[in-house]
Amino acid sequence: MLTALLLFFPLLVSVVVLAMKPAQARSIAFAGAVLELVLSVYVALQFDKSQLDQFGLNKEWISTLGISFSIGMDGISLLLVLLTTVLIPLIVLSAFKDTERPASFYSLIMLMQSALIGVFTAKDGFLFYLFWEIALIPVYFICLVWGGENKGKITLKFFIYTLTGSLFMLVALIYLYFKTPGHHTFAIQSLYDAGRALEASQQTYVFFALFFAFAIKMPIFPLHTWQPDTYTVAPVQGTMLLSGIMLKMGIYGVIRWLIPVVPQAVQHWGYLAIILSVVGIIYASCIAIVQKDFKRLIAYSSIAHVGLISGGLFTLSIVGLQGAMVQMLSHGIVVFGLFYIIEIVEARTKTRELAQLGGIRNVAPILASVFLVIMLGSVALPLTSGFIGEFLLISSLVQYKLWIGAVAGLTIILGAVYMLRTFQKSMLGETNGVTALLTDLSGQEKLVLFPVVVLVILIGVYPTPLLSISEVAASNLLSLFSDLSASVK
Amino acid sequence: MNALFVICGIGVFSLLAEVFNLKKWVQAVSLVGLLAALVFIVSDWKAISYYYQGMVVFDRFAMAFSGLVLIIAFFWFWMSIDFFKGEAHRTDKSALVFFAIAGAIMMLSFNNMAVLFLGIEILSISLYVLAGSNKENLFSTEAAFKYFLMGSFATGFLLFGIALVYGATGTFDITSISDFILSNPPTKLPRFFFIGGLLIMIGLAFKISAVPFHMWAPDVYEGSPTPITAFMSTIVKIAAFGAFLRIFSFSLVYFSPALLWIEQGLMLLTLIVANVTAVYQTNVKRMLAYSSVGQVGYLLLAFSSDSRHSSGAIFYYLVAYALASILSFSVVHIVEKAKGNAGIDNFKGIFKSNPLVGVAFTIALLSLAGIPPLAGFFGKYLVFTLSIGKGFIGMTVVAVITSLIGVYYYFKPIIAMTQPGEDSISVSASQKLLLLILILANLLVGIFPELIRLV
Repeated sequence: MLTALLLFFPLLVSVVVLAMKPAQARSIAFAGAVLELVLSVYVALQFDKSQLDQFGLNKEWISTLGISFSIGMDGISLLLVLLTTVLIPLIVLSAFKDTERPASFYSLIMLMQSALIGVFTAKDGFLFYLFWEIALIPVYFICLVWGGENKGKITLKFFIYTLTGSLFMLVALIYLYFKTPGHHTFAIQSLYDAGRALEASQQTYVFFALFFAFAIKMPIFPLHTWQPDTYTVAPVQGTMLLSGIMLKMGIYGVIRWLIPVVPQAVQHWGYLAIILSVVGIIYASCIAIVQKDFKRLIAYSSIAHVGLISGGLFTLSIVGLQGAMVQMLSHGIVVFGLFYIIEIVEARTKTRELAQLGGIRNVAPILASVFLVIMLGSVALPLTSGFIGEFLLISSLVQYKLWIGAVAGLTIILGAVYMLRTFQKSMLGETNGVTALLTDLSGQEKLVLFPVVVLVILIGVYPTPLLSISEVAASNLLSLFSDLSASVK
Repeated sequence: MNALFVICGIGVFSLLAEVFNLKKWVQAVSLVGLLAALVFIVSDWKAISYYYQGMVVFDRFAMAFSGLVLIIAFFWFWMSIDFFKGEAHRTDKSALVFFAIAGAIMMLSFNNMAVLFLGIEILSISLYVLAGSNKENLFSTEAAFKYFLMGSFATGFLLFGIALVYGATGTFDITSISDFILSNPPTKLPRFFFIGGLLIMIGLAFKISAVPFHMWAPDVYEGSPTPITAFMSTIVKIAAFGAFLRIFSFSLVYFSPALLWIEQGLMLLTLIVANVTAVYQTNVKRMLAYSSVGQVGYLLLAFSSDSRHSSGAIFYYLVAYALASILSFSVVHIVEKAKGNAGIDNFKGIFKSNPLVGVAFTIALLSLAGIPPLAGFFGKYLVFTLSIGKGFIGMTVVAVITSLIGVYYYFKPIIAMTQPGEDSISVSASQKLLLLILILANLLVGIFPELIRLV
């Protein structure tokens, strides 16, 4: 029941906001998002860490076709729901007061939240697909209506790109649906059983159809080509939604709808996925190093980070999976902070060109310090949130194959190169004409960024509570593979 | 059957209204009559009834499809009120529309190929006139002429096909034809029986505008007055596909797999050619014309996956398609009225000036593109489920790709609407109400697909 409340409350807020006057829209949306956060924290406190699915709800929906409205949360879902509920109020707060047509804008953000929570909690294949697609619509319109130059073409490319993946996923899900015995059903457990019973070649088809969808969403090299343009052209709240939460849909999809569905194929083809991920890490990092545009640089860094997450995930080890969980949260928070800082700098200097910036620390010391902490989180300095995740992920890759781990480990060095260079070019040095009149953070901006700083440090120093939430779900997922190897022997 | 009498009655009434000076009553009588016909459909729902020595049968299929036609006709009258406002010939137009609806209902309830022919002719002849009803406009006249030539050509095919099938089986009755096929081994049937079936298929393919028999559709759709275009792409399409389904899934399909292969060829061509061509259109009306050709491809895919038991999925798809279509044409009609034509540039700035119109058109296009949670998505979902269930993975992948192409062109007007544009368009309260109702209908049918019984 609690899950349903979490799911439908933002939807309600979304409808209410739409009817509001522009002046009130933002405060109502913010109040709604905070309430949702409180609710999700309450749910997290009620959560029993030793159990799997909780707060479930299972209602008949389209019974003739075996589709049910079935939702629930285990530790993995809960962490991602928490990430969503933490980021959405910050995203709402981060939007400037003079956003055009605020009622529709905030309404779309809240609709997005509802859809995202739906994706993270759905326990029925059809329902999952439905939320997966619905999540695409608000963010598309946010980018289309409030985006920057050339938005029409770029957002359409983004939409069609991701829809392509989704439709292949739909085909795979329907295929699995027909493999369920008796009266066909989309219930998650039946799909798991149906998928595991497939022969090796059929599993391969299903694997690639699903992997294609998730790889586009994340995005994994070479399916990342929609991402830098879209991130750059989107309004900053759109970019935050896309990078902070939406790309986690892809990773979550792998965890919940790929690995348990076709385990043998994942074992067999995981190698390919890891190689692609690692190639993506190096490729994106190298491009990030030569970027001149601040926002584009972070977009590429995001590809590198997500490559590491998916690489660790496909090692199918508990270390990699737990590392992926922590790193997803950390990346979500860090990337949100980075994009917000870019937005602040751009709003004041009207440029994102690194070459034109410089010396911001002299005029805005608080901004510079906040950026420093968040940046250190991004380069995975020990005691910041990024460190735990990257450490776990790289060690899982080292255990998998030493040389892969070594190559993936370059991400830390390369990440340090482009992030420190960015910091140096924008914050240090002499103040110039563009940055001289820059003012420091306002109260509202502090309100957004300080929680980010606190979270970056807090997760870095004391990650155990987070790790313990997803532990049971993670080991349950991986126990599948010990069963599998036992049955082979 | 009572519904059919009511519809014919209104048609005759409209004709006589001119003589007895009852013009101002025509519209009210039309709407009340449509509702009355709908009530008759609902009250007759339980029983299967035969009329005229079994030439006409009102079974579940006929009633469901006729009910859909009547509901869409109701919305159609609402959206095109101003089509009947002009001084000239308004009772004639109304009479022709009702005769066309009567023809549509006959095409959905025939049990005898003679009645099918009669229905198609009543529908088509009314439409030839209606397509040219904007006499001042050269394109409208061109549309009417083109439609007439191509339509009568198709009728020729159909009639020849019916004659050949009659020659082979000795009956017009479709149930007897299927009995005849089942009781005779395929090798003993004469070769021209197959040709007869093929000619009927081609004749009907003209009517449902499947590629390569679609050439007339874009020109006719673009040239006709927008309400008539809306009529053709909803009511006529439902009736023509219903007739196609009735004759093939009830009887001729038992006969030869070769017919099905040809049908699959039509399906693939329709999906690919129509969707690809739609991408290059700059006039929204013409784009919608190609889209309505493209949508037929998905219906044909459902039919070829399971020709005997796909009518539930096809019915749902038609409901979704017709609701989205009538909504999109309502918007096109409003825009065209205000700005002269439906070029894509005339849609700029609508989101800002008329949010309701913008949202309505967005919903309609998203539904046509098959984006959840709208009705069009669930329709496509049902079709894909059918085809994957039968193992037609390759064809499903083609359909998936063409629906992606569909997204590309359906989104172009949406993008245009977000761009800056000029002055707002005046929308009357009744139009606003219509748009709202249709938006809700699209959402409701999509979220609760069991409202439309999925049997």
